[in-house]
Amino acid sequence: MHPKITVENLYKIFGPSAKSGIALLRQGLGKERLLREHGLAVGINNASFYIDPGQFLVVMGLSGSGKSTLIRCLNRLIEPTAGKILIDGVDVTTLDEKALREVRQHKFGMVFQKFALFPHRTVLKNAEYGLEIQGVAPEERARKALESLDLVGLKDWADAYPEQLSGGMQQRVGLARALALDPDILLMDEAFSALDPLIRREMQDELLALQSRVNKTIVFITHDLDEALKLGDTIIIMKDGVIVQQGTPEEILTSPADDYVEKFIENVDVSKVLTAETVMHKATAVTFPKDGPKTALHKMKEIGTSSILVVDKERRLLGIVHAEEASRLAKSGATSLEAIIVRDIPRVEPGTPLQELFSIESFPVVVVNEEQKLKGIIVRGALLAAMAEGRNN
Amino acid sequence: MEMPLPKFPLGAMVESTIDFFTEHFAFITKGLSKITEVGIEALVDGMLFLPPWLLILLFTALAFWLSTRRIALFTLLGLLFVWNLGLWEPTVSTIALVLIATLVAVVIGIPIGIMAALFNPVHRVTMPILDFMQTMPAFVYLIPAIPFFGLGPVSAIFATVIFAMPPAIRMTCLGIEQVPADLIEAADAFGSNRSQKLFKVQLPLAKGTIMAGVNQTIMLSLSMVVIAAMIGAGGLGGEVWKAIQRLKPGMGFEAGLGVVIVAIILDRITQRIGRDARG
Repeated sequence: MHPKITVENLYKIFGPSAKSGIALLRQGLGKERLLREHGLAVGINNASFYIDPGQFLVVMGLSGSGKSTLIRCLNRLIEPTAGKILIDGVDVTTLDEKALREVRQHKFGMVFQKFALFPHRTVLKNAEYGLEIQGVAPEERARKALESLDLVGLKDWADAYPEQLSGGMQQRVGLARALALDPDILLMDEAFSALDPLIRREMQDELLALQSRVNKTIVFITHDLDEALKLGDTIIIMKDGVIVQQGTPEEILTSPADDYVEKFIENVDVSKVLTAETVMHKATAVTFPKDGPKTALHKMKEIGTSSILVVDKERRLLGIVHAEEASRLAKSGATSLEAIIVRDIPRVEPGTPLQELFSIESFPVVVVNEEQKLKGIIVRGALLAAMAEGRNN
Repeated sequence: MEMPLPKFPLGAMVESTIDFFTEHFAFITKGLSKITEVGIEALVDGMLFLPPWLLILLFTALAFWLSTRRIALFTLLGLLFVWNLGLWEPTVSTIALVLIATLVAVVIGIPIGIMAALFNPVHRVTMPILDFMQTMPAFVYLIPAIPFFGLGPVSAIFATVIFAMPPAIRMTCLGIEQVPADLIEAADAFGSNRSQKLFKVQLPLAKGTIMAGVNQTIMLSLSMVVIAAMIGAGGLGGEVWKAIQRLKPGMGFEAGLGVVIVAIILDRITQRIGRDARG
């Protein structure tokens, strides 16, 4: 599979004789010195990364970190100073104006922080804009625009004007305008930052649901780590125009590349991000129904617990036996555990967020996959430790 | 006391330039002037061919259609009053002159304004020229107009256009420049070319400001048309001019009031169009 977007050694430097800035950066001059001594502002400093088709990439950083510059370089709303940007293998930095317009029309849909809807056009006409630019026939573009408005749940508002809509609805129109083109890539520049928290969460959920249906390659800019962790398959963290870390949400959380990233994740509510899988332990000792109570008691003694999980031959979870019942059973001389297996025990899936584990009252919690196969076990201590530490180790 | 240095021959230079143009090009401008004059006369005659009450009703209907019931009522009463004062003919010719001058100013001014907004060099050249056009006393334009176009309404229109065009240019430029940058960015992001951006985004959003400029152009035309009566523009300005020469304050006041009524009608109607465009 070829990457959808490949960015190689991308630089953006603002100011006169910007090219000379690259050499200075390579010599190791810092951003501040470049600005003070040469009047050059560094937007992006040697960024390289790639995105596979259908991937959700989140670029995160504080304001001034270069994330907005980066996303605008992809469709050359900002002209990169140096480097390559390959979209489906075509280097867009070499395209002339006409070819660039073609790429913008067909490959990219863009959603903006302040919505940027055209106030003089109705919702439908806004959604049609990109198709109109492409020269699509009126009936055809109205049909496609309505379809995409339907996708964001605003079909009934087609004839309204943007100013009549709430912020959340306006951004849905923004999204519909981008989706109407059926682009391969969605560029979303702080798309939800201007919305209030409740609407924002709702939009995030909808975007994820939408993504699972339309399967676009998405580049999403945000300054909010919670949002990044929730949405991204991959997260890029930027600082001063440099990519300081790239990884999955869990990689970012569990092994931050430096102090900057660590600072970022300090305040993350890990319970929303980490999953059962990250805090579970391997269930080292299990027992089988055919094992007698004596064997079970022996295994419990070995690992120092007062209960043990019972699985079948395929490691499918059957339940748990407790030490008291096992010893009573042993005294009665029975040879099978069947009679004392407690089958009704809390089970969660590996992907269950930690947050949901708190509502469970009896521990340990058993982690099983869809086939009920035993994956691991979470004891209360491990859960609390993970929370206290802020991240798993 | 006179300055010890010899006088810089600015006036002589301007005169010889104008003389040069008059000598070599006046036959063109005079020819144009004749044609235009025929056009103006036809328009005025056409308007006067209709009985005043019918034309007044037409204007009222137009006011009602373009703006509000109140303005339509004012148009009706105002024009009836002007007719009653016996100023119908000069009023019609003034309206015709203003409309023609405005049309010419707008047809030339809006494209220049667009160019100035889109291309920086044009902007830098245009703005000082506009400052010059607006601050030079309007009477001065009348002087070169005569050798080029002769006495009469065409000279008046020429001077009026020069005097009244700057707001059309300025406001067009301003309106386009004021289109929010994020909308321009959105238009670019969807791959719009220059003309798509201009006609689908910039001009529609600048419409309110442009109409405000057109409104100002109309008002300036009206004020200039009165001044232009000195070179034979006729109309209400001509009546004012006659009143001054004969020292008849009553007659002057009546004609002046006619100008005011025409001004209010044109102003309210065009303002209204501008406001609607913004919504």
